[in-house]
Amino acid sequence: MLDLFKLRIRHGKQAIPNIRKAEVLETFKGFPIIDESKCADKCKDCKDVCPTEAIEVNPLRLDLGKCIFCGECEKVCSSGAIKFTNQYQLGSTNRNSLIISSGKTFEQFEEEAVDAKKEIHKYFGRSLKLRQVSAGGCNGCELELAATTNVNFDMGRFGIDFVASPRHADGIVITGPISANMAPALKDAYESISDPKIVIAVGVCSISGGLFANSNHVNRNFFDEIPVDLFVPGCPPHPLTFIHALLDYIGK
Amino acid sequence: MIWTEIKNLQSVSLKEIPNLEFHKLREQIVEMISKGCRLIQFFGEKINSGVILYVVLADDEQSKLFIASSNFNDGDSFDSITPEFKSFHLFEREFYEQFGIKPQGHPWLKPVRKGIAGISKEEIPYEFFKMIGEEVHEVGVGPIHAGIIEPGHFRFSCHGEQIHHLEIELGFQHRGIEELFIRNKNNPVYLLKLSESIAGDTVVGHAGTFARAIESLSENNISRRAMVIRTIALELERIGIHLGDLSALSGDVAYLTGNAAFGALRTKVINTTLAICGSRFGHGMIAVGGVNYDISSELKEKILDTINKLEEDVEIAAEVLFSSASVLARFEKTGIITNEIAKEIGMVGPAARASGVAIDIRSDHPFGGFSLFPVHKLTLKSGDVFARAYIRYIEITQSIKIIKEQLETFSEGELKKTSSELKPNHFVISLAEGWRGEISHTAITDENGRLRKYKIKDPSFNNWLAVALSVKNNGVSDFPLCNKSFNLSYSGFDL
Repeated sequence: MLDLFKLRIRHGKQAIPNIRKAEVLETFKGFPIIDESKCADKCKDCKDVCPTEAIEVNPLRLDLGKCIFCGECEKVCSSGAIKFTNQYQLGSTNRNSLIISSGKTFEQFEEEAVDAKKEIHKYFGRSLKLRQVSAGGCNGCELELAATTNVNFDMGRFGIDFVASPRHADGIVITGPISANMAPALKDAYESISDPKIVIAVGVCSISGGLFANSNHVNRNFFDEIPVDLFVPGCPPHPLTFIHALLDYIGK
Repeated sequence: MIWTEIKNLQSVSLKEIPNLEFHKLREQIVEMISKGCRLIQFFGEKINSGVILYVVLADDEQSKLFIASSNFNDGDSFDSITPEFKSFHLFEREFYEQFGIKPQGHPWLKPVRKGIAGISKEEIPYEFFKMIGEEVHEVGVGPIHAGIIEPGHFRFSCHGEQIHHLEIELGFQHRGIEELFIRNKNNPVYLLKLSESIAGDTVVGHAGTFARAIESLSENNISRRAMVIRTIALELERIGIHLGDLSALSGDVAYLTGNAAFGALRTKVINTTLAICGSRFGHGMIAVGGVNYDISSELKEKILDTINKLEEDVEIAAEVLFSSASVLARFEKTGIITNEIAKEIGMVGPAARASGVAIDIRSDHPFGGFSLFPVHKLTLKSGDVFARAYIRYIEITQSIKIIKEQLETFSEGELKKTSSELKPNHFVISLAEGWRGEISHTAITDENGRLRKYKIKDPSFNNWLAVALSVKNNGVSDFPLCNKSFNLSYSGFDL
């Protein structure tokens, strides 16, 4: 019994008090700052080294929906044209805004990234229940999503929770590139959620297929038919990235 | 002795691998396994008009590996080894599924991964074992499960609350990883990142195993410093996951104090990994030829601080968890895997050690930093959920000691050495002890020194059957607890 009290005291308060102001370590790779003026002539080393074809040159652009944040481009670039900052607030309602062009600042990105609609706030602002489906996810995104509900991040304080049944859910959170074998089950789960419902694509695999975009065993037809409401980039996204994206989206 | 004897990470020319007729190879396998060898790999490679089968056995006590091969023509069959040694059951099924070479007399020849049509283009439906009787019923779960976890289908045959049989259909996560390794053989960065994504909870484990295979094929001896950093990263991964598992196991028996305490400790550990490499799971840490990130003396002090505090915290939290009557009532004698069964079906990792099987690649077939620092093998006897939980606790303590030891012996050295070309026509097997158990990657190069075949085995491949066997005669409500006590990978299995 004494040990229990000892444990309780040592445990202390673990919840991050003001999640909106939380910062992550410097080493974390988040929003990239791109400065094409530093590019050497005809150099496309960054494009060549990128494992997911997230980089285009002329003009230099980096697609956060394809980027796995491995930082290989930053390492290979001797002139520092690509620099990853530790800004983790990367969620967006607009796929195109994830394509970062030269000179774009984090503030500019943040301004236009999430379009908080009034009706979304009205429907889901106070309570949002989500069903998570892993469709070929490697368990990276899944672990980080599970972490959003732990004692540190405690997403439940905002009325946002993961639920077991799609019938109880207001939306679906998809991870993984959608393996062909999971495509039917994913569709079923989506259809089992009653309207109005939202679709959230978490992680680079879900947004663009990531490393598996060219796999013969992936079937991404789901996204041809069903539009995504919120994109959460990362490999895997930090729990704070997910929570921030959602809070922005539901207007909290 | 017809086998070629090698060590972990020792590459060997394809010419040196003996090739014999299968019935002779089979006799040899039976002899070796009877003498106490263990099956490590059994996989095929498609060649012009047939298939080559490679078999790798291990003599754990002497740190030796034995390889041999056999050729088959398309449509051949062979005498199954499974009736004699059950540890072959899944390997033979996989071989059949991918190449259509049938193991005659295999007692359980079912699909391994859903929808993989190696032989026919049609999908072979999975036929579940049917239990018939009064008041017998089936419970089907999945592919989508209740929590935030990966998909797989579970079919329980029950009588009342009691589970009599569980069958697990996997393959829902199949992404064609082995195929992608060969298709992208000219893109080393892609291959490394792909190896990190085999199982997202074993990033350092799999990426390290891949890197060591490539380093062996290019004779790249990485620096001592890089080795130490890799070892620290691997042990941090082990501690992080084990803490997460203890948290989840506490949650499964509604012991919220443990759930919260271990969960918070896990965050501290994975944030330490974040401090080193910028990813909580160790993405980007490993490079072929070394590591991408250094541990500065300032960071070293921080890590030491964190793990010293962690050591005390874990001890108190474990003391509280493992002395709680309500927890023990659920953990003890639940989901038992006896020592005999564990050996028979070829289990690996902490789950095997919890059933008293003393195997640990870190000490049996040392790799990287472990060839300089021997690891003592920890085992428990009872093989129940309690043992699989408790072994995590003692492994956390052990890993903390390893990290401290490694940090003390930090020497100067290059972080990363450039790799030269891979040796052509070579074979290498890279074994490592990830947090879940034995990871094995096998690489074969072609005449131009490019990857020709890449075979991956996550420890989950060895252990999924154990989950099915552990729940026999337990209540349905104990299934989540049994399952979590193994915490196996779906994506690592499905590939």
